[in-house]
Amino acid sequence: MTLISIDGVSRRFGQVTALDTVSLDIRQGEFFALLGPSGCGKTTLLRILAGFEQPDDGKVLLDGEDLLAVPPHRRPVNLMFQSYALFPHMSVEKNVAYGLERERLPRQEIRDRVGGVLETVGLAAQARRRPHELSGGQRQRVALARAIVKRPRLLLLDEPLSALDKKVRAEMQLELKRLQNEVGITFVVVTHDQEEAMSLADRIAVMRGGRVEQVDAPVDLYERPRTPFVADFVGANNLFEGRVTGKGLEVDELGVLPAPPSRPGEGAGLAEGSRALLAIRPERIRLTPLTRSDEEPGEHGGGLTGEVVDVSFYGGTSHVALSVPGHEGHVLAATQGPARVDVGVRVALSWAAGDATLLQV
Amino acid sequence: MTGTGPPVAAVRKAAGRLVTLGPGFGFLTVFLLVPLALVLSYTVFRRGRFGGVVHEPTGENFTRLADPLYLDVVFGSVKLAVITTLLALLLGYPTAYMIAKLPAKWKVIALVAVVLPFWTNFLIRTYAWIVLLNSEGMLNSGLKALGLGPVELLYTDGAIVAGLLYAYLPLMILPLYSAIERLDPSLREASANLGARPARTFWSVTLPLSLPGVLTGCVFVFVPSLGNFVIPELLGGGRRIMVGNLIRDQFLKARDWPFGSVLALAVIAVLVLLLFAQAWAARRAGRDA
Ligand SMILES: Nc1ncnc2c1ncn2[C@@H]1O[C@H](COP(=O)(O)OP(=O)(O)O)[C@@H](O)[C@H]1O
Ligand SMILES: [Mg+2]
Repeated sequence: MTLISIDGVSRRFGQVTALDTVSLDIRQGEFFALLGPSGCGKTTLLRILAGFEQPDDGKVLLDGEDLLAVPPHRRPVNLMFQSYALFPHMSVEKNVAYGLERERLPRQEIRDRVGGVLETVGLAAQARRRPHELSGGQRQRVALARAIVKRPRLLLLDEPLSALDKKVRAEMQLELKRLQNEVGITFVVVTHDQEEAMSLADRIAVMRGGRVEQVDAPVDLYERPRTPFVADFVGANNLFEGRVTGKGLEVDELGVLPAPPSRPGEGAGLAEGSRALLAIRPERIRLTPLTRSDEEPGEHGGGLTGEVVDVSFYGGTSHVALSVPGHEGHVLAATQGPARVDVGVRVALSWAAGDATLLQV
Repeated sequence: MTGTGPPVAAVRKAAGRLVTLGPGFGFLTVFLLVPLALVLSYTVFRRGRFGGVVHEPTGENFTRLADPLYLDVVFGSVKLAVITTLLALLLGYPTAYMIAKLPAKWKVIALVAVVLPFWTNFLIRTYAWIVLLNSEGMLNSGLKALGLGPVELLYTDGAIVAGLLYAYLPLMILPLYSAIERLDPSLREASANLGARPARTFWSVTLPLSLPGVLTGCVFVFVPSLGNFVIPELLGGGRRIMVGNLIRDQFLKARDWPFGSVLALAVIAVLVLLLFAQAWAARRAGRDA
């Protein structure tokens, strides 16, 4: 069921188009992520949902009703600010109680709910402290507690974890997911960290320059990127530009690379002869060391040969950087466990045609 | 670096401080602390016949302060200064708030407009009020035309308060403006987001966080209002004596320097108390704002 429907929303600031006809449907109870580089309009979209910003064009419906006509203080939407925006003159518990007091709930209920949520975020012992007496991570949890204690229909989180170091961040990610399961609120989280979006969200909208490039589940986004930007931004990818032929993608100086046959109905622009971008994930590339007697490319099922320039071991996987004559930059391959090739070795690169993705350019 | 040469570094630092603090500090020592010490010492001696003091210790200057005649003047002055301060706050806060919300270009223009009256002479501006308020003045002509006047406007407490307010309102607006302008706008948004109407946001967030500016503004208006003797004389017509007038008269007319010093000390005591209250409240309110 659709909770929020964003329809053709645009927002301009002078010369800058922060949002360009953005349309999105966010479902009841889902964990939705807005992913994109800094300045792509993520915060502006959240501010429109919270009511601090009005779009120049477009509609926003909540449960089918016009949300834009509702003043900010009446919206069943809570925002956790990127800067936390805690009230410096109030204690932790006062900060958290503030939203409940506005609902004129009985004192006892306020006290119970504030106590409960502080327990949940692990700050019961700090209830009497002022924000400036807390660490960055604790402040962030106060901001989260203050937003969820209201039990909004929609919870907006603007880069909620960006200020934390890696380990705390991983913990908080789990915490957020647990919370979302527990309280059943619809979450929209903004991030520029694609790993964070992938690990947290049910669905991700990838944004770029005020536009939505693709909305999909993390796995689909990873395996079936629909634009070159998404292919490049989400996870590591190797990109080759060339011309579509019956056998694959023909790239200048590299020959024909294995690519999925263009199916009718899909990728209308990918007819034979049209220009396209081939994306192949590092972990889909097989490396076969070449012996001196081996012949030149084309006879190893792949078509590319290269020289290993760097091997880095990351515990579970190894990353191998290769220089391929005729290709600008390095090609990246990933193998399970330690790499079986050394720097300086010449290898053949191959992949199954079905593992590659062809994108219109 | 700091480990190897603390003595040298410390001396440098001290010297640096002396150079930067020195001139201002020296000026204040000579022209503030020395006169202050003199005034203090006068309070315990007998008056000389033609001014000055006779070096005979006495406590009667202080007992004289308890005379209802003088106490009334002190309390009356405090009352007028308090009224002026409150009115300045009531008028100044909305003004400062609006200026803080203006786009950057208009802010500058508005702030210049606020301090513009300081560019003309204080006495001239005060005389202008006489022209405005006297029984043949502009306000009364208007009232007469409406069949409502003339009303006695000049030489009233109201005229004094109007004059003080007019003179010192900018001193209220400026610190308020800087306090409000510094507030993180996302705090107001957070308040609205949590369900607070605009009025609630004002009372619970904006006002408490701008309290340091409120207190500074109040001190800036109260202090010169309490000590002023030109406005009470010109606009109050000498009918209402404020403590400033009394002090001046003790020194220049009655030539009773010791009693004048006691009165001055009383005013200083009130102000010091006020400053402590202000510092305390500002620290509480603005600890991390
Ligand atoms: N109030 C504003 N005035 C002018 N430009 C703005 C304003 N808010 C955002 N922008 C511009 O709009 C674009 C999108 O900003 P924002 O939504 O904050 O991006 P993100 O959160 O994705 O980093 C940026 O180019 C930013 O400079
Ligand atoms: Mg942002």
